[in-house]
Amino acid sequence: MTLDIDAILTNPDKHIIVCTGSGGVGKTTTAAALGLRAAELGRNVCVLTIDPARRLAQAMGLTELDNTPRAVAGISNGSLSAMMLDMKRTFDEVVESHSDPERAEKILSNPFYQALSSSFAGTQEYMAMEKLGQLRAQSQWDLIIVDTPPSRNALDFLDAPARLGSFLDGRLIRIITAPARGAGRGIGRIAALGFGIFTNVLSKLLGAQVLADVGNFVADIDTTFGGFRERADATYALLKDSGTEFIVVAAPERDALREAAYFVERLNQDSMPLGGLILNRVQEVPETGLTQDQVLAAAQKLTAEGEGQLTSALLELHAQRMEIKERQKHLAMRFTAAHPNVSVQPIPALAQDVHDLAGLREIGEALANQGITW
Amino acid sequence: MQNWPKATLHVVTGKGGTGKTTIAAALAIALAKDGHRTMLMEVEGRQGIAQLFDTPPLPYEERKIAVAPGGGEVWALAVDTEDALLDYLEMFYKLRRAGSALSKMGAVDFATTIAPGLRDVLLTGKACEVVKRKEKKQENAYDYVILDAPPTGRITRFLNVNGEVSGLAKVGPIKSHADSVMSVIASEQTAIHLVTLLEEMPVQETLDGVTDLEVNGLPVGGIFVNMTRPPQLDATQRSMAIAGQLPKSEIENEISQSGLMATPQLIDALLTEASDHAERVDLEITEFERLTQRGLPIFVLPLLPSGIDLGGLYELAALMTASGIGEE
Repeated sequence: MTLDIDAILTNPDKHIIVCTGSGGVGKTTTAAALGLRAAELGRNVCVLTIDPARRLAQAMGLTELDNTPRAVAGISNGSLSAMMLDMKRTFDEVVESHSDPERAEKILSNPFYQALSSSFAGTQEYMAMEKLGQLRAQSQWDLIIVDTPPSRNALDFLDAPARLGSFLDGRLIRIITAPARGAGRGIGRIAALGFGIFTNVLSKLLGAQVLADVGNFVADIDTTFGGFRERADATYALLKDSGTEFIVVAAPERDALREAAYFVERLNQDSMPLGGLILNRVQEVPETGLTQDQVLAAAQKLTAEGEGQLTSALLELHAQRMEIKERQKHLAMRFTAAHPNVSVQPIPALAQDVHDLAGLREIGEALANQGITW
Repeated sequence: MQNWPKATLHVVTGKGGTGKTTIAAALAIALAKDGHRTMLMEVEGRQGIAQLFDTPPLPYEERKIAVAPGGGEVWALAVDTEDALLDYLEMFYKLRRAGSALSKMGAVDFATTIAPGLRDVLLTGKACEVVKRKEKKQENAYDYVILDAPPTGRITRFLNVNGEVSGLAKVGPIKSHADSVMSVIASEQTAIHLVTLLEEMPVQETLDGVTDLEVNGLPVGGIFVNMTRPPQLDATQRSMAIAGQLPKSEIENEISQSGLMATPQLIDALLTEASDHAERVDLEITEFERLTQRGLPIFVLPLLPSGIDLGGLYELAALMTASGIGEE
């Protein structure tokens, strides 16, 4: 089954496209190419990237990527803006917009907050969701395309915000940071196990100052901010909306396809809308009606006769590519056998990296080409 | 070993999709050659080693997973943060039982969440503990430890544990633990290798990663260029291929001579592929030159058309040996 990407891009009811997949499969480039194509099909598009390579930013003519959408020049029909997520800045802005300046200042200078906003596992995913929610709330764009962070696994994009939210809202953080309050009430199991040891070990491991910083942070944020978990749940709901479409990106390699399979299964389980799988970097081989063995035998015959070095090299190259293609197809077929309802769009490997809008446009055409036989 | 004579700890990093785990595994086999014992460690809970060696998921327990030519042994360990913390509590506080209770309550998760640096110290600390066994002449010592580390983007932060815990405890056991970890990692006992493909983005990330490591005083080992496709055409043939000037009628004749039919489809296919290949090889040469400018040892490994399986790992390991890795 092939993927009709143009039908998704031009569907006025679709407002969010999430590109996901494991690292190194070309997610960011795919997101940018989809954005450009949608814009040229008449949509007003914003592409939210997480960590674009310098070249890709240049390809879109962007000199600064600074947490604000910047318009890309040279687009006909619709419009295209692109931005790069700055997670710390996004978090700071959330804090600032939810508290008075004095309290905001206190939170922003708290060492625990600084660690939380710049190096926590899950903060990037949380802030990507937060930014997505903000962009969606503005009426300037009718389609937002999100590239997901280079997480350890693709599911982190879905799970990390809620995990971080629960943690920050959680019982443990409150008990530990307010021992008097916690110990005063019946805290059951924890008290039974010896609350003393618990805080004692933690402060040995982390230092008493860290726990104090966490305590101050929780107290300051409590009165102004509302629940972290609630916030994460709200954006998660946005992803389950029928206006959202997930596009899973993979390469024809075992690991990347395994990640893709996990993700597809999860989307099914949560009834989230899956557009299809984009399989980047597939080896294309023109059809010649010959088998790999025939081609190799011919190459060997020439080599044995000590003639036709060039032709024999060309034949070997052809045979090599056939072998790579066969292996890739085998992997792709295993994926399809397990997930027969997922449409798959193969994208041929490019000899060169993308340098400009023309390059992105070319990828966009490949994404929409229903005639790619592979 | 010739390149890094004193390195016992080999840290392998690379951008996602470059084959970091594959290279770490092949390196563990190559270094185990001729009767050595090597330990292949992973720290990200991905079970990448088990998948590669086609074994059931690895527990937190040292297991022999492969043998190497000449009677060597490759062992593996998937380090888990929780278990590493329990080890640590036991070692410094004799607190294993209380530790288990804490871990049931989610306190380990809690501690490593509010202090991500703690997790990294525990993981790198485990690697260093294994490394130090050799000095201490312990029975369970290994000649080399190969760490399948987090990707290039996170490697400096991961290894630079001193910087990471400085916000935590200024004194005390965690600080001294971090100091002892750094005394191994920032020394010639360690070599940090970067895996890349010959493409623009991974090469750029590798060069940035090397700079980042060097600035932080971490010892860079070598660059492993993975999945290269050996050029089938020489430089003259490549420029002819790109310009569409390969001798078509000569090729047609030779095809007939080879026993195949010189159909237009076949000839066109060969010419298109030749130009595509030439373009790709030229790009790879440019990227390779950018890598050589750093003056680091470079090891080039081919794309195996049949993919990576156990046999493929041995093939890569043999190529590493042939390029001098493991020489004493």
